[in-house]
Amino acid sequence: MTGYRLSHGGGRIDRGQSIDFSFNGKRYAGLAGDTLASALLANGVQLVGRSFKLHRPRGIVGAGCEETNALVQLEHGLSSIPNVQATMIALEEGLVARSINAWPSLTWDIAGVNDRLRGLFSAGFYYKTFMWPDWHWFEWLIRRAAGLGKVPVVPDPQRYEARHVECDLLVIGGGRRGLAAAAQAARDGKSVLLVDLDQGLPSLEGVRTFEKTAALGIWDHGFVLAASEGRVLHRIRAEQIILATGKQERGIAFANNDLPGIMLAGAIGRYVADYAVAPGRSGIFFVNNDLGWRSAIEAAQCGVGVRAIVDPRPQVLPELADRARAHGIDLFFSSLVQSAHGRGRVTGVTIEKPDGLSRLACDFVGVSGGWNPASQLWTMAGGQTKFNERSQSFQPDGLVANVEWAGPEPIEAEPIWTVHGGDEKTMFVDFQTDVTVADIKLAARENYRSVEHLKRYTVLGMGVDQGKLSSVPGAMILAETIGAKPGTLSASKVRPPFVPTAFGLIGADLRGERFRPRRYLPAHEWHVREGAVFEDFGWERPAAYPVGREDIQAAAEREAAAVRSGVGLFDGSPLGKILVAGPEAAAFLDRVYVGTPSTLKPGRIRYGLVLNENGTILDDGVYARLQDGSFLLSPSSAFADRMVRLLEDLLQCEWPMDVVVQDVTEQYAVWTVAGPNARNVLEALQPSFDLSSERFPHLSVREGKLDGSEVRIQRVSFSGELSYEIQVPAGQAVQMGDALMAAGKPYGLVPYGIEALEILRIEKGYIHVGTDTDSETQPGDIGFGGAIAKKQSDFLGRRALTRRSSLSPNRKLLVGLTSLCGGILPVGGHVRAPSGQSGGFVTSSQFSPVLGRGVALGLVEQGQRRLGEIVEIVSLGKRWQARISETVAYDREGGRLDT
Amino acid sequence: MMRIACPNCGLRDEREFAYGGEAHIDRPELDCDDQAWEEYLFLRANPKGEHAERWVHVHGCGVWFNLIRHTETHEVVAVYVMGVARP
Ligand SMILES: [Zn+2]
Repeated sequence: MTGYRLSHGGGRIDRGQSIDFSFNGKRYAGLAGDTLASALLANGVQLVGRSFKLHRPRGIVGAGCEETNALVQLEHGLSSIPNVQATMIALEEGLVARSINAWPSLTWDIAGVNDRLRGLFSAGFYYKTFMWPDWHWFEWLIRRAAGLGKVPVVPDPQRYEARHVECDLLVIGGGRRGLAAAAQAARDGKSVLLVDLDQGLPSLEGVRTFEKTAALGIWDHGFVLAASEGRVLHRIRAEQIILATGKQERGIAFANNDLPGIMLAGAIGRYVADYAVAPGRSGIFFVNNDLGWRSAIEAAQCGVGVRAIVDPRPQVLPELADRARAHGIDLFFSSLVQSAHGRGRVTGVTIEKPDGLSRLACDFVGVSGGWNPASQLWTMAGGQTKFNERSQSFQPDGLVANVEWAGPEPIEAEPIWTVHGGDEKTMFVDFQTDVTVADIKLAARENYRSVEHLKRYTVLGMGVDQGKLSSVPGAMILAETIGAKPGTLSASKVRPPFVPTAFGLIGADLRGERFRPRRYLPAHEWHVREGAVFEDFGWERPAAYPVGREDIQAAAEREAAAVRSGVGLFDGSPLGKILVAGPEAAAFLDRVYVGTPSTLKPGRIRYGLVLNENGTILDDGVYARLQDGSFLLSPSSAFADRMVRLLEDLLQCEWPMDVVVQDVTEQYAVWTVAGPNARNVLEALQPSFDLSSERFPHLSVREGKLDGSEVRIQRVSFSGELSYEIQVPAGQAVQMGDALMAAGKPYGLVPYGIEALEILRIEKGYIHVGTDTDSETQPGDIGFGGAIAKKQSDFLGRRALTRRSSLSPNRKLLVGLTSLCGGILPVGGHVRAPSGQSGGFVTSSQFSPVLGRGVALGLVEQGQRRLGEIVEIVSLGKRWQARISETVAYDREGGRLDT
Repeated sequence: MMRIACPNCGLRDEREFAYGGEAHIDRPELDCDDQAWEEYLFLRANPKGEHAERWVHVHGCGVWFNLIRHTETHEVVAVYVMGVARP
């Protein structure tokens, strides 16, 4: 016989309100106020799951957040929530739940054979068993068998919410001590917040109360995360925290102690008192403490059949013994439950008495191995614990800033962790992960003698349990095994979250687009209209503008060719735009750039490198001198934010100078018109300044009007063609784009994207920092040795350039690589050195439509000194022949910049 | 998750700040020897105890400042502006 509903009592249920639900496809009825666990027990459902490793049948063991067996998948159509504790689910009409970890079905579980092969599945089995001949032979099977619930097939539809809460005092735990502390603080005029896992707390004046709320963890300076019904995440900042989190019962390891029907004694007490649910008709309690006796007596008082109490102690308080006898309970002192019997559920136990063994039939067993303080949050806050002999538990000890422990008095218990004489391979310490006494002893034999090593080796306390039931017994059994004094090994470290928590809740509001918002160009709609295909480069940027059935590659080649032969239009808005101004701006920038900005004339532009103190290249880009005391820097799009931070860091921390830095990157859009016809396009828009090369030469900047709008134009080029970068206020980006398109129509102007720009810049040997350089590349490696020799003064990274490694002749230098067989060289392919090792690698590679062949850049040992040499390039088992060449493959003289 | 008192803005949540490494690392002169440069670049105190470090109120006023943090308890012992000696 199994569980059933008692005819009387049940403080939490409403007998007038029946609730239908389904479990493993079968329909049941529970009552309002039930948890899924209490309703299942009331319906006589004893088998609720299978264990993780051995797939042994398991029943409910607890009544609250300590439950480790009754984990279910809650289903709502296609979406579902895995690994929810049945004890924590309030029963709702139409609820659909399934057991997890059973395949193909709970009662006919094919992996149950694991149990009979458990010699193979001892602790550390994973590392020992599946390595030969190759782990991948076993992977499919293990992936099917391992893990807990099923991953939902659709995105989590749950809407999570995050709230910020502040209070003077946060009380965690709404028991007697928690309520008293909260009420007192409120009377003292403090703002008080009380959180509790349960519901039905009394309302206290001046106290805000969050029910059904779990504190997930405590961090520095009074920061607490708490979850309400798994849906609302509270980010709490409290000046003071009181932990009134109560106590947790633990089990005792005896043979077959995991059979369904064997539960914590206190959990039985709660099912009887709160839900009027009896776990069976005839029970035996195996307890080492008085509270366990009270659970047994209360169950008997409510009409549950309690047959016997087994206690290792020689005697108990006469009052307890008398009350138990009055209910007809047999008492066995100085006795132990040595093993449980039954297939699929418990049907009896063997008791070891002073005068020998005897066997008793029963249909449930209540176990109490003593009580631990629920000190998980205390230790998360950095609190220490101290072993308490009387209760055989680790009690909070010492002080933690802003956190106070208000736990219950320790409850006296007899030290009894395992019952010797049975099969240790069926004495379970951690039910969920199938860690047995035998596993702990094996770990000790293999020298995993610290509790943290034990935890890793056996997975003790790693699952949903998080050590609630298992970590103290585990530590004590390890201590016993290695002969350490009890209490010298404390329980393993507990980590947040305190209760199982959905990832979605931890992310809360920061999901999907809000996790990392996309950045759109000011002219985004314009690009959409022009048929752009976008890619995420930190900004959504046009990769290309395919026409007809073109793919991106074909479109990019057409666009690049159009820039070389006519004119193209490119949106360079993400390019960094940083104003640096002040009397000492020039002197400051001299310390930042490899070049010498102070010698630049107003209206002119120069290319420069920025290094870190290690001498490696952080960024390249141009800077313009607008007026005597003001510069406009153009770091690359990817580096713009970091450049602002670097300049602020230097000014505030290293060189306090009379300089201000302002980032205006997002205030301006940039349109680049490039190609032999670029000037003609701009001329058509009535510029207010002379565009001729005499008056507006390459590498200069002008401010004025174009098409009636205020613009700033920089004559710089990343394509090798005549090119103008037109900066307009972001709000005028679309308007200027339209004007340029219209003006360019007679010249066949085409918009071009990032992919075409790649082709153009590789043809010209223009580097992209981070692609053609890595964290070792220094200026001399890319041909800027001369610029440094000329400069006298100090700048960022200068000192590092004279180190031995910086002067080594074997450095990797930037070169061009020309494929001999015409194909495109693979990016990342290695240049084979004579030793057979890598002597460098391909950094950028594209097909050049204007040259009709592949062009590539690479970092190659001694690079520039080996021009003309033929090398072998290796990638993913394939080989290419290539010639080391100049970096510039097209228009080496640069005549096209100034047509 | 610490709380840090920005010298400009007062007590704010840690997530508004960015860490900038150990404080009071003096940049040597250009003519220093290799060892001095190596120490400047790579050698850090990493104490178990009070640690002087630089932080920036990156999602706030943007100011860089120094603070002393206990690396075990995360207690912020002192906050002081750039250019001031360690208290
Ligand atoms: Zn601030």
